[in-house]
Amino acid sequence: MPAIITPNKTDQERKRRLEDNDNGSGRRPPTDKRTGGGGDNDNWNDRPNGRRGPNERLHRYRMGIFFALASDLMFFVAIISTFFVNQSTGHIDAYNHYVNAWLPTAVPPILWLNTAVLLLSSATMEMARRTMFRETDVMDEWLGLGKPITRNAIPWLSATIALGLLFLAGQWTAWRQLAVQRVFFRTNQSSHFFYLITGVHAAHLFLGIAALIAAFIGLNISRQLETRQILVDGVAWYWHAMGILWLFLFTLLAFFQ
Amino acid sequence: MWLPADASAHGPALDHHLLLNLWIALALLAVAHLILLLGLLARRHPAQKNLWRIEYLPLALLAILFATLTIKAERLWAATRYTGASLTALQVEVTGVQFAWYFRYPGLDATFGITRPQLVAPGEGNPLGIDATDPHSADDEVTSELVLPTNREVDLRLNAQDVIHGFSIPELRLKQNAVPGQTIHIHFTPTTPGTYAILCTQLCGLGHYRMNATLRILPPEQFALWLASKQKAATP
Amino acid sequence: MNRPTPRTPSQHQDPKPSPLHPTPYSLHPRLTDHRIIGIQYLTLALVSVVIGTLLSLLMRIHLVWPAWPLWLHGPILPEDYLALVTIHGTIMLFFVLTTAPQAGFSNLILPAQIGARHMAFPVLNAASFWLTAVALLTLLSSTFVPGGSAISGWTAYPPLSAVPSAGPGQGLGMDLWLISIALFAIASTASSINTLTTIIRNRCPGMTWERLPLTVWGWFTAALVSIIAFSVLLAAILLLLCDRHAHTSFFLPTGDLVNNVLHKGGDGTPLLWLHLFWFFGHPEVYIAILPGLGLTSMLLANFSHRKVFAYRTMIVTTLLIGFLGILLWGHHMFVAGLNPFASSAFSISTMAIALPASAKVLSWLATIWRSRPQYTTAMLFALGFVSLFITGGLTGPILAQPILDEYLHNTFFVVAHFHLIMAMAGVFALYAGTYYWFPLITATSNHPGRLLSEPLGRLHFWCTLIGAYAVFLPMHLTGLAGEPRHYAQLTGIPGPGGALSPTGLLLAHTLPLNRFITYAAIFLATAQLVFLFNLFRSLRKGPFATSNPWQATTLEWHPALNPFTLLPASDTSEVTVHRAPCHYSSTGLGDAFVPQWVQHTVVQPTIEDTTNAKPE
Repeated sequence: MPAIITPNKTDQERKRRLEDNDNGSGRRPPTDKRTGGGGDNDNWNDRPNGRRGPNERLHRYRMGIFFALASDLMFFVAIISTFFVNQSTGHIDAYNHYVNAWLPTAVPPILWLNTAVLLLSSATMEMARRTMFRETDVMDEWLGLGKPITRNAIPWLSATIALGLLFLAGQWTAWRQLAVQRVFFRTNQSSHFFYLITGVHAAHLFLGIAALIAAFIGLNISRQLETRQILVDGVAWYWHAMGILWLFLFTLLAFFQ
Repeated sequence: MWLPADASAHGPALDHHLLLNLWIALALLAVAHLILLLGLLARRHPAQKNLWRIEYLPLALLAILFATLTIKAERLWAATRYTGASLTALQVEVTGVQFAWYFRYPGLDATFGITRPQLVAPGEGNPLGIDATDPHSADDEVTSELVLPTNREVDLRLNAQDVIHGFSIPELRLKQNAVPGQTIHIHFTPTTPGTYAILCTQLCGLGHYRMNATLRILPPEQFALWLASKQKAATP
Repeated sequence: MNRPTPRTPSQHQDPKPSPLHPTPYSLHPRLTDHRIIGIQYLTLALVSVVIGTLLSLLMRIHLVWPAWPLWLHGPILPEDYLALVTIHGTIMLFFVLTTAPQAGFSNLILPAQIGARHMAFPVLNAASFWLTAVALLTLLSSTFVPGGSAISGWTAYPPLSAVPSAGPGQGLGMDLWLISIALFAIASTASSINTLTTIIRNRCPGMTWERLPLTVWGWFTAALVSIIAFSVLLAAILLLLCDRHAHTSFFLPTGDLVNNVLHKGGDGTPLLWLHLFWFFGHPEVYIAILPGLGLTSMLLANFSHRKVFAYRTMIVTTLLIGFLGILLWGHHMFVAGLNPFASSAFSISTMAIALPASAKVLSWLATIWRSRPQYTTAMLFALGFVSLFITGGLTGPILAQPILDEYLHNTFFVVAHFHLIMAMAGVFALYAGTYYWFPLITATSNHPGRLLSEPLGRLHFWCTLIGAYAVFLPMHLTGLAGEPRHYAQLTGIPGPGGALSPTGLLLAHTLPLNRFITYAAIFLATAQLVFLFNLFRSLRKGPFATSNPWQATTLEWHPALNPFTLLPASDTSEVTVHRAPCHYSSTGLGDAFVPQWVQHTVVQPTIEDTTNAKPE
């Protein structure tokens, strides 16, 4: 493929801004082409070691998300270790008996449904993420031959948002069900944890849905294909992490109280 | 010397180990600074290359030194902390509240009476919340100074009513935090009669600096007299 | 030495976004420029250290002259004293020793040292700074709310910190403290993510892991430790806020009676806070010192025209200190109610970390051994760092042994230990960095960088070194005598016997030394005015520097990365690195040094280790 390509004028008449780099004027399309007869990994930009490939920005943002998730994981580790410590902490009453007043909070059955919904949303999220990287579609969109990626990704992204909201609604329902049984945040030690753990996870999911909506908007208004890929990819990894975390937290609440 | 006089059975060994550590630290400090100064003042010489002689050998020697000190320290720590008090030790309960220490002796029945936080009424003379309905409470003595006999092992039960306090008797080389919700035991044997300071060493609020008490160590006969006088005063 | 001529003021001031300086970010480029953010962090740290030092002076003066009235306030009351202690510790540890070495200097210098033009996430970078600034304002605002600042120390142990009625300042003041530190934790984590991603992905060609300067290894390890530690603190703060306001019992045991209010909730334990806090708190002090450790190695090598002795070992020990630092938090809890076996385990891991630290000291001593270095102020401060690190570090193994800690815990011996090794040594590293990198801090596109005055710098160094030892060496003795921490008064303590009570006598014993320490502290604080004067004067009138005034070999001194000589990206040939840093010829000082970015090695008269198989 030659280095300079003049794009066809298709859907939109956009003003050429200097930051618009994917107009075929010398940069590589954001595909990961490792094949090619050039030998040096198609080192089009003549970089001395060709290391910084076309997905340079993507890898950078993925790494940032990875470290952020690692830090977030430590946050949950701290809360979970508090859970275990409190669970096994009793007191010695006035008669010198050791008393542990931990009353497990029964997990409302709707949580199982919510878990299934969240796992399904991870599946749709992954579908959305993969459509961002399908090579032929990337080349087409990069060349300006329509927007197949955006067209394919939007339904999956919307489905993920809908399922995420459904999950949050389900969590809220679980809280209402507990409230009907007069189990509130402040009721007893284990209810503290139930509400805290599900609440903190739900807060993270709120942030995730906000990020999904930002990715959705970005898909429509962001000018660089690379940026759109990064938006969806970043949210996807975060979303999967929250899903796996939920599996773990749910197991904790359901079986380890 | 800067260390206050020592009046407990485990104190001399601790002091000896502390002084050993301090002298070793001082020696290492002097040697390191000497090398630093010599190295800066001496005439220029090509750079050192021998990694083993300069880095790893001293490191190995330091490791052996630290390991030796650690083993000695762990032995001393195990001696005072790994096992509980002997069954014949004198039992005293220590309670820290904001901002005073109270000491309770179990009396002739050798059993502490039940306490309830709801019954705490320092203004009415019941700072520990002793439950008067419990028969064992009748002979409990509550004092604000700690009096102990010489040469008898003492088992202190540390309680805290409100926040974390630090029970410390520097001249007996003792320190242990009193944590609310826990009863922590420490045991020791006082050796030298005298009057000593009891301090609070964990920040507990406004009056942390004035939360002190007095320890009086008496010869056994005088201690018995003191205890008897207390019992008589309590049960007229 | 050529003095480059400054550009005429008629030319443009600072780079505006233009075709020659493309900025992919729609935010104003000045807000997200890493150098600006670095300077912002350093300014914040400077303001914080001034406040923190003033607070400590008030503390010292009050201890020996309790009736001394503070201007516009009156005598310092016990709750005021404890508030001073709390804010002093919090400001110094968080807003000085975590921001300046890590966020401040790394933002300024890290990209240049690895050959990058930007940090990985500039917008996140800017956001972390502003969040830190908000955190500082929140903390300072706690002084003015009803009840005053928190009085529970920087460690905030519950139940004192969990029950608002446990003391003055424990209401709104404590809440503001918690919120401030929570914001700081988030900002710090974000900043560390930025640092890590930059180091891993933005290195220029040729900058392999083994060629990274030790400062970068220090920032890398500190950032790794940060992302693990700060989240745990954030979780702990969240739980404590729940205990304070949501009637939970994570840290409050049932039956806790504070100020006639009985807690009837569930079974919590204050020890849990201690675990969570110190799991963060101990790595925090390593975060504070790790960049300084790296900087000292590089400065000693630079000014003695030597390679850093045992470079690979230095990299390994940096990582080891970071890793081991996560495993030894229990040594703050030896007498806190831990299982004695756990105390022994933590004691062993704490003694273990003395070994990589000693390895670093040996390397520094070997690097400068018989090297007749150039005694610039930066070098003096690096040597001062070595001395203070040794002195402060040697009391560490003493405190690491539980049987000795049983006597020394929460006495001024501990205060002396951590002030020498963290406050003094850490601040010496900050000073060294400031004197060393001043040309890079002050270079703009209009004029080259300036130098701080060397004579003033030398005066500053000697006064500070003498002051540091004068203040903190005697503190070991008062600690050995039994003087406890956090005591608002050493005299006039009410109670039977008064000054003649055993406690009064014990404390009175320490008064002469305490008076000496206070005088020394006033001297030490005054000496810093020399630095401030030097700083503000040199910002405007300091002599100009060349692009590499210290004959350094690390990449930040590359002319193309200097703001004054910065060319547009399209006109700059790519910066590449060809060797490890600190390649100095062994035949004396002079021009015989080979920077990392120079391609060939003709500068050296003799080729050194041709048989050396290391990839340098």
